[in-house]
Amino acid sequence: MTVTWAQRRKARLDDLSAGRSLTSEAFRRLRREPAAIAGAVIVGLFVVVAALAPLIAPHGAAETFPQLQENLRPGAIPGPQDGFPLGSDQLGRDFFSRVILAAQQTLLVGVLATLIGLVVGIVIGTVAGAFGGWVDTLLMRITDVLLAIPSLLLAISVAALAASPSQTTVIIAVAIVGVPIFARLLRGSMLAQRESDHVVAATSLGVKRSAVVLRHMLPNAIGPVIVQATLTLATSILDAAALSFLGLGDADPARAEWGLMLAQAQTYLDVRPALAFYPAAAIIVVALGFTLLGESLREAIDPKGRR
Amino acid sequence: MTALLEVRDLQVAFTRRREPDTVAVDGVSFDVAPGQVVGLVGESGCGKSVTSLAIMRLLPARGVRVSGSVRMDGTDLLTLSGSEMRARRGRDLSMVFQDPLSSLNPVIPIGLQVTEVLRRHRGMAGDKARQAAAELLERVGIPDPRRRLDSYPHQLSGGMRQRALIAIALACQPRLLIADEPTTALDVTIQAQILGLLSELVRETGAALIMITHDLGVVAGLCEAVNVLYGGRIVERAQRHRLFATPRHPYTHGLLRSIPRLDAPPGEELEAIRGSVVDNLPWAHACAFAPRCPRAIETCTEVTPVAETSGGRLLRCHNPVPANAE
Amino acid sequence: MLRFVLRRLVQVIPTLLLLSLLVFAWLRSLPGGPASAFLGDRATPQRIAELNRILGLDQPVLVQYWRFLVRVASGDFGTSTITGEPVLAEIGRALPATIELSLAALVIAVVLGIPLGYVAAQYRGRPLDVTTVIGTLIGVAVPVFFLGYLLKSVFAVQLGWFPPSGRQAVDVDATNVTGFAVLDGFLTQEWDASLDALSHLVLPAVALATIPLAVIVRITRASVLDVLGSDFVRTANSKGLSPSTVRGRHVLRNALLPVSTTIGLQVGLLLAGAVLTEKVFVWGGIGTLLAGAIEQRDYPRLQALLLLGALVYVLVNLLVDLSYAIIDPRVRLS
Repeated sequence: MTVTWAQRRKARLDDLSAGRSLTSEAFRRLRREPAAIAGAVIVGLFVVVAALAPLIAPHGAAETFPQLQENLRPGAIPGPQDGFPLGSDQLGRDFFSRVILAAQQTLLVGVLATLIGLVVGIVIGTVAGAFGGWVDTLLMRITDVLLAIPSLLLAISVAALAASPSQTTVIIAVAIVGVPIFARLLRGSMLAQRESDHVVAATSLGVKRSAVVLRHMLPNAIGPVIVQATLTLATSILDAAALSFLGLGDADPARAEWGLMLAQAQTYLDVRPALAFYPAAAIIVVALGFTLLGESLREAIDPKGRR
Repeated sequence: MTALLEVRDLQVAFTRRREPDTVAVDGVSFDVAPGQVVGLVGESGCGKSVTSLAIMRLLPARGVRVSGSVRMDGTDLLTLSGSEMRARRGRDLSMVFQDPLSSLNPVIPIGLQVTEVLRRHRGMAGDKARQAAAELLERVGIPDPRRRLDSYPHQLSGGMRQRALIAIALACQPRLLIADEPTTALDVTIQAQILGLLSELVRETGAALIMITHDLGVVAGLCEAVNVLYGGRIVERAQRHRLFATPRHPYTHGLLRSIPRLDAPPGEELEAIRGSVVDNLPWAHACAFAPRCPRAIETCTEVTPVAETSGGRLLRCHNPVPANAE
Repeated sequence: MLRFVLRRLVQVIPTLLLLSLLVFAWLRSLPGGPASAFLGDRATPQRIAELNRILGLDQPVLVQYWRFLVRVASGDFGTSTITGEPVLAEIGRALPATIELSLAALVIAVVLGIPLGYVAAQYRGRPLDVTTVIGTLIGVAVPVFFLGYLLKSVFAVQLGWFPPSGRQAVDVDATNVTGFAVLDGFLTQEWDASLDALSHLVLPAVALATIPLAVIVRITRASVLDVLGSDFVRTANSKGLSPSTVRGRHVLRNALLPVSTTIGLQVGLLLAGAVLTEKVFVWGGIGTLLAGAIEQRDYPRLQALLLLGALVYVLVNLLVDLSYAIIDPRVRLS
């Protein structure tokens, strides 16, 4: 069997016209990467559990049970028993239901914090990268200073401003940590775009400035930022947990969130380590999932950095 | 005259898990006599650089399979142990690379990069090594060599860097020098200087030179024997003047026709070779060049052409360009 | 070189000024204003008005900022609302403990991280490398405080190998010279005190080292892989140099450039991690001060710690930049 030159040539052109672009090329590479698959599976499972949590969990997060509470005493928390597969928590609630329901709250905190940081960061980065000049200098100086404050310290100082901590303050505090990172990243990537041929071409063709920025620069510059957002989701969940541990977390005792549960469980570590282990394991696995996904995305988007 | 270097049936394949091997060099054989300048010519991807790295044993150990033999003074370099090979590299045979900036260590001074090879192979140390290094830099035409010993690569111009690399390669007076596209990364005016320097130095020191290039102009000025590579195999070999006068392989012919000539009549169009290396057919049951060949006949896509030698000329083609053409 | 040092020093000034402005603004956005926040539970309208006058909060904002700058520059960070002590004195007392802990953690991270990253790079794609990479990913995903409790529960409570908390056993008679417990033991030749302090240091230092260790391993690995594939390493090999020369002079010297920057960036992580680790191990350093300040909303202390944290981070990275210039001639000479 022989393939003629013309046939091969045609196949190649078909590839090109079918829009086998960089993105689908990156996607194809991703599908062959075991780390990417593992990350995607973990993240997918996490999202499904979070979405279906109320259906999976047999009980409510705040519901207390007399049969658990009566066996609750200092130095003893009831373990697994009929109807309560993971036993009781420190207040006589169904621990299993709380672990499942917490997926939803954890996802909410992580996604909202990342999203707010992302949006604000994108706005700052776009403005800085598109305008340049003194606007750029000023915005970047501010982000530099924010970056100079260790991230947890920054989150702490924001969260500590609130008279009483709540889920909202946690989300805002964690979101602010991400802002300078996203802004810097996007601005760098926008600057690279500004010099690129297709942007110069669009500008020289008289395309409106706003259209050049929004249609030609931003879509091409945003890749690394999205990758960073995936990675930030992992650190957001960890940062939220740290805030809870320092007493700056959600003050609502009924709320089930892994970081909060883990922070509260430290007191009972010698009594019932399971109270800490399940939320900790959940956080570790989910953070690992987002990190795996983010890192493989980064490698797929930037083939130069591939090893 | 016995050959200094005998490459026989050299094959290099890149192996990857779950994927078929990629054969980059496919049974290449050629000789280099002492003091001879031999050219390896072809477009990128034809296996010329891989051939040179295989001779130097600089290919990564994993994911690469090398077979055949590379005899230097009768010893097969491919069977030497790692430390035996290291003792020869830089002393008996050495190499000049394509990109002079990235080929020099950015964080240590030029002087140390020259003296370390003197120290390793000639046991020189201290001031003596420094003196010798300064002399080497002077010999490759670097002005103010004593001061340059303390310079870092980024402080030198492209041409100066390439001169420094040549000084390093020739430091221990090797009998074989391999130059892999040594002028590609340089300005045209510098290219001529570097080529002049190389040919002068090999004549002076009596070293043999394997010149690897895609540029037939470089070959014309320098090489005695020329090997034309295509798809990992040598498709034509001849003495330089014969090759230029009567190219027989359609690929060589095409390469020569695609060089702009000053003596061409006005209005004559340059002929490009159509397609690119990705169109290659496997050698196993065809001629790799056939899809791009203007002289391809049916046999070319069905039968592997064998290398035939006649009158000191090697040719691998079913339908060569007639010897009396042009 | 001197010009480079001076230029970098000058570049730090606007960063610090902007930082002070940010902290100043932060104080002003406190609920009820700084005076009521500073007074905490003791706040009454009269006291607030009085403090406002003392603090100059009735002055125009620019004057206020200027006074704030002058005060901070002269080291006056106010008094802690918890202890009533000058914040600076508190910090001075707690600082050695935190420096000791952070240094120990950094040493662990660097001494283990660089060789581990190098070896992983050399065995790229093989089980050793894959295990290392997975280990680093998990290391970053574990909440620091949970790891601290885990180590404490296993190695202190259950196995009893190390003390569970504190910096020194009560019954050890140690002389305080520098405030660095391990060093003091050496200086005074009270070996048992030194050893005791060291055994207290192990668990918190390991807990604190985990994340920086994971990061250093990954950066070293990536950087070594990058350098191993570079042209100049091929040149070095083409010279027939011994493997140890290639490794030391050509691979490591170049691969460590990005690693040194990373080590500087770890200082921020260490400061943040120290807050959590110190709380777990009742360490009594800056982290403990901070945790206390958060619980009791001690804003003068918080403000001082915020400034200090950023200042240390900026200065350490300045040092890293300068050391970078020493290893990399391209920075030094351009």
